Amino acid sequence: MDTFNAIIQVLDSTIRLSVPLLLACLAGLYSERAGIFDIGLEGKMLVGAFAGASAAAVFHSALIGLGTAVLISVAFALVHGFASITHRGNQIVSGVAINFVAAGSTIILGQAWFSQGGRTPALQPGERFAAITWPGADAIKDVPIIGPIYAELISGHSILVYFAFAMVPFTWWVLFRTRFGLRMRAVGENPAAVDTAGISVAWLRYRALICTGILTGVAGAYLSMVQNGGFVKDMTAGKGYIALAALIFAKWKPVNAMFACLLFGFLDAAAIRLQGSPLPIIGKVPVQFMQALPYVLTVILLAGFIGKAIPPRAGGVPYVKER
Amino acid sequence: MAQAAIELIGINKSFGAVRANRDINLEVARGTIHGIVGENGAGKSTLMSILYGFYQADSGEIRVGGKPVSISTSNDAIALGIGMVHQHFMLVDNFTVLENVILGAENDALLKSSIAKARSELDRLEREYGLEVDPDAVIEELPVGLQQRVEILKALYRGAEILILDEPTGVLTPAEADHLFRILKQLKDQGKTIVLITHKLREIMAITDTVSVMRQGTMVATRVTKETTVGELAELMVGRRVLLRVEKGQSEAGAVKLSVKNLTVKDSRGVTMVDNVSFDVRGGEIVGIAGVAGNGQSELLEAISGIRHAVSGEVMLEGKPIDLTGKADPGELRDRGLAHVPEDRHHVGLVLAFEENENSILGYHDDERYLKGPFLDVDAIMADAKDKIEKYDIRPGNPRLKTANFSGGNQQKIVLAREMEQDPGVLIVGQPTRGVDVGAIEFIHKRLIAMRDQGKAVLVVSVELDEIRSLSDRILVMFAGRVVGERGPEATEGELGLLMAGVEHQEAAE
Repeated sequence: MDTFNAIIQVLDSTIRLSVPLLLACLAGLYSERAGIFDIGLEGKMLVGAFAGASAAAVFHSALIGLGTAVLISVAFALVHGFASITHRGNQIVSGVAINFVAAGSTIILGQAWFSQGGRTPALQPGERFAAITWPGADAIKDVPIIGPIYAELISGHSILVYFAFAMVPFTWWVLFRTRFGLRMRAVGENPAAVDTAGISVAWLRYRALICTGILTGVAGAYLSMVQNGGFVKDMTAGKGYIALAALIFAKWKPVNAMFACLLFGFLDAAAIRLQGSPLPIIGKVPVQFMQALPYVLTVILLAGFIGKAIPPRAGGVPYVKER
Repeated sequence: MAQAAIELIGINKSFGAVRANRDINLEVARGTIHGIVGENGAGKSTLMSILYGFYQADSGEIRVGGKPVSISTSNDAIALGIGMVHQHFMLVDNFTVLENVILGAENDALLKSSIAKARSELDRLEREYGLEVDPDAVIEELPVGLQQRVEILKALYRGAEILILDEPTGVLTPAEADHLFRILKQLKDQGKTIVLITHKLREIMAITDTVSVMRQGTMVATRVTKETTVGELAELMVGRRVLLRVEKGQSEAGAVKLSVKNLTVKDSRGVTMVDNVSFDVRGGEIVGIAGVAGNGQSELLEAISGIRHAVSGEVMLEGKPIDLTGKADPGELRDRGLAHVPEDRHHVGLVLAFEENENSILGYHDDERYLKGPFLDVDAIMADAKDKIEKYDIRPGNPRLKTANFSGGNQQKIVLAREMEQDPGVLIVGQPTRGVDVGAIEFIHKRLIAMRDQGKAVLVVSVELDEIRSLSDRILVMFAGRVVGERGPEATEGELGLLMAGVEHQEAAE
């Protein structure tokens, strides 16, 4: 039973750890499907996390925190849009710039406002998103197998976790069943076709970036208001880049993205779980190796196991009307 | 004549200092096919882009169905019943036919009803016009002829009464082009108005009712097709009489200068692009390779010129083998007398940001003639460039001008001058007159034949069948990477067209 409990615990933390990846990955999916590379996922998550935790601490409301996180993150997405859509700038440069601005400004503003070394004040229970206990979770907790699965894995997460997983089928539906999705996919493949069909390429891409901003905002809020009780500097710790890797791994498809993020989340969870405990055959493994494992596996998986990943064809290229 | 579907009155359009359209007047009658011909850069595409809302005219009036209209976006044009089939298809390659058809013309925010409507609508269009295409096929898996059909369907689905086709046959085999013309005739019979932009006079004669000729941004003439001739139209296009078929004497083939044996080339994906090809080119003859673009001609040229790795086979230049690993030194091949005019002059043949004189020695810049010690001898280079400008009638005749500022035809002359003036034993030319206007075509053809008459071996690859037939002493036809037939210059277009389409000779005879 111990092994079973251990597995449940690892899976439970897999879910928690994959949520920010999943939100960021889906965020990237909207912008890249529309033909805008977005290396600034990391930065947008970071400003979202900072804005969310700050507003929640100041206004004592988790919802205001979430709203602020989304707002600020969308604002950064629009900056990316202004540079790369309106002014046809290099999308990578713009994205990197956003990451730097995010990393620097969050620390400076955090110190100026709260004087806690770049942290935001620790959030009180009402200022965070609490775990939701599903009906009957406590009652069947002790039923073998099903009990723990229901109580631990399905029940007992914050609303943002359910939101993240609900976004997977929703995103699929938007992409493949709505007019906006059809046009967004088209503009990422051949903007000229969209233009000659009488649709504005720029406005379509801006809308996709707004979707990206909303999702990175939620991802940031999750980091600072659910996973952690406040903002800590550089708390995204490369999750935006892992999310981009997951997006390629998933070949820009929502359901694949979920599985890719769960896999990366699982590697992370397993690394934490196995820290310090001896492995069969190999024996005790240094902590650093376990911590590096998810990244090593990411490289291996990306290098060898995904086959051909074809990005949206117009990705990274500013649209210029041809003569 | 019937009522006018479109009237353009006094249209002007400038791009910076270039006046692309000057005071254009055009009237197209309803239910007719109207051709617009002109050389490259004559302003045909600009005019049609104005009509389709891609650009706005600086001045002038557009009337559709007799009413003055303002067309500032493609949406306005679509709403007025104007549809356009672009030269480069405006399709999303990994979408299905249905998705492409409804894009931008969806009923509501969800796709379900749009797809259902498009399906029944395509069914109707298929019955009415014979425009068959599988609605669930993915575009990139369809041959170009069918992709073009999807473009036409897109326009019709949007209720187009006026259809503009920009150079529609450039990518089609002769058989596909004939099919397209049958469709266009059928559309005309149903009352649609069609505007056909082309530089192929043969097509104008075959299908249009009336034809307008543009030259240097102006509309120089409009004729009833039945009452004009190819010669007259060509003359109007260039402003003087041109030879459509260059006169040449009998070839006097000498020794084999270039020999290709069992050459096989694969592309980066591992797909066989050239499949066991063998042929010889002798001194004093022009061998033409015909075929629809994408059947391995480009790869063949690259392999012979030492740029692309060949999997197997050998190429002998003047009896000695060429390194086929793809690492051959092009400079060494030049020294051995192989000159290469690449298909894609913009990316391979020229550095557009360079001045004309720099491009005119590019690749030969290590030649002693152009050097003074370790430095370039600028005076010698300028004198050489001026000499070539004179001989090849390159305009404007300014060797200091940036190459990008020359027209396509003159850029091609720069490359040709550079390669031909080195007096090579073997000349390989890819698409000698792609994007080149009629006057320059004649000039280039004459030059190529002069090379032949000097006893050089000339290999020409072109997708223009007329060009191949006019130039070649022997014609090889490539299809799907193989040489599927060899013919003499007397071969008919139909015969070559069938070979190009991959129809075996036996089948064709039946």
